[in-house]
Amino acid sequence: MVPVVWSFLLSFQADDLVTPSRLVGLDNYHALAQDPHFAQAVENTLLYTALYVPLSIVFGLLLALVLNRRIKFVGLYRTLFFVPFVISATAQGVLFSFILDPQFGAANSLLHHLGLSPQGFLSDPGQALMVLIGITLWSGTGFCVVVYLAALQEVPSFLVEAARLDGAGPWQVLRHVTLPTIMPMTVFLLMWQVINSLQVFDLVYVTTKGGPLGSTTVIVYFIWQQAFQNFTAGYGAAAAYLLALVLLVIAVAARLLRRPGSRGSTEVPR
Amino acid sequence: MTVRALLPTVDTFTPGRARARLRLPFSPWHLLLAPLALLFAAPLIWLLLSSFMSNTEINRFPQALWPSTIDFGGYRYVLENALFLRWFTNSLIVSAVAVASNLLFGSLGGYAFARMRFAGSRVMLVLMLATMAVPFQLTMIPTFLVMKKLGLIDTLGALIVPSLVTPFAVFLLRQFFLSLPRELEEAAWIDGCSRLRVLFRIVLPLSRPALSTVAVLTFLSTWNDLTWPLIAVNHDTQYTLQLGLSTFQGQHHTEWAAVMAGNVITVLPVLLAFLAAQKTFIQSITSSGLKG
Repeated sequence: MVPVVWSFLLSFQADDLVTPSRLVGLDNYHALAQDPHFAQAVENTLLYTALYVPLSIVFGLLLALVLNRRIKFVGLYRTLFFVPFVISATAQGVLFSFILDPQFGAANSLLHHLGLSPQGFLSDPGQALMVLIGITLWSGTGFCVVVYLAALQEVPSFLVEAARLDGAGPWQVLRHVTLPTIMPMTVFLLMWQVINSLQVFDLVYVTTKGGPLGSTTVIVYFIWQQAFQNFTAGYGAAAAYLLALVLLVIAVAARLLRRPGSRGSTEVPR
Repeated sequence: MTVRALLPTVDTFTPGRARARLRLPFSPWHLLLAPLALLFAAPLIWLLLSSFMSNTEINRFPQALWPSTIDFGGYRYVLENALFLRWFTNSLIVSAVAVASNLLFGSLGGYAFARMRFAGSRVMLVLMLATMAVPFQLTMIPTFLVMKKLGLIDTLGALIVPSLVTPFAVFLLRQFFLSLPRELEEAAWIDGCSRLRVLFRIVLPLSRPALSTVAVLTFLSTWNDLTWPLIAVNHDTQYTLQLGLSTFQGQHHTEWAAVMAGNVITVLPVLLAFLAAQKTFIQSITSSGLKG
């Protein structure tokens, strides 16, 4: 708990990590409110979250529904979709900087073979954030798949059978039985993915360093820059505190949302 | 009842019917899944392929999509690089210590919270749970200052000390210990076993699933972490593999084969661990999140 309080105190100070700090009151927060770089970081992070979270959840659900059937090689498919998730953001970043290199990367080679014009990808301010979302979808969708697969196993088969006997088609079963049953999991995923998206850093650091033209500067990258590059630790701490407050609100909201649906069944430790 | 699309029908699905109707020698779902799976695998296949290419082959445009000869130049470059081996060793040390100490201290702490009542135990538990909700970004600046006061910045100590025990490990093990029947321990207790002996001889052998969850997640997060090493160490002999790789890429744009070889080496331990213990891996990752 000490660092939490410390960070709080820091956010009211000017601290360069070397000389003793001095109190500046709410100056850091005032400055944040007027800092266009911070505004851009917030905007980028929100856009990233707003696109990545729903896409990963919807793709994850669709894939899980298919992979929950009895198909040959289903285990292999699950593995292939999940493997990118265990690979570090650094390794992903290095790999995709190589594949997406505008001069000679494999992606542009492929476009060339297909007769399409080369793209700037991570070096194009208009594309970079979208490309980052694409990379995270590649690595993060598998997590949603696995979570949904676990949830689908627990959909009671008698409910599905009963609905069928009552004449429900597959879409109706999906809408009225499957989706409501896995609702608590959807809420969990929503919260989990939002919290992770708001904290994205490693991938940005490795691929774009926030550029080009600040188009991929996210909040955590901004905090890191302020604290450890510009040595304005108090300013960074203030930004970190704002982020933490937002995360706390999300976590509390999700807990309140989850309570009625979970019925204690997910609380049993394995 | 004709099209059984998009249904979780593991128990009731009859493959014979679908096959007969569509006249395909395989399930039609493969037409969707196979290309998608290929799309997911492609970057990794390309990682492996390009690590065996020569630099001339890589720097040509358009790139060959297949190495003409297997070239070990990238691997040789990386493995003969003393720094790179150092990074690998650093990562190994930091991760191994983190896993071992989280298992040990997590068990001790978890057991104390699960079975012992002492002054302030409730308060301490609540405080510890509260810290689990605190994002790393909030604590990283103070943690940096603490490590600096301790004179650990730029040493492996700065990488090891903050990850010695996580509230997550303590909490997860506590939850598991609570689910074990007390009677087992009480019998040993009556026979004169000490607390520690009960923990190590009876409780821990029964706690394999929880211990492996802690081990897997600790390994994954320490091995894969970039942010904290980036902050805590400056000198390149103290880098971890992830940090080393990220700077290596910046300096060796022309040696892409070597960068990719280094990337393969960075990814391999996690990948092998995952493939060897896939079930444990997936279970620990999903269950920890779901029960947290």
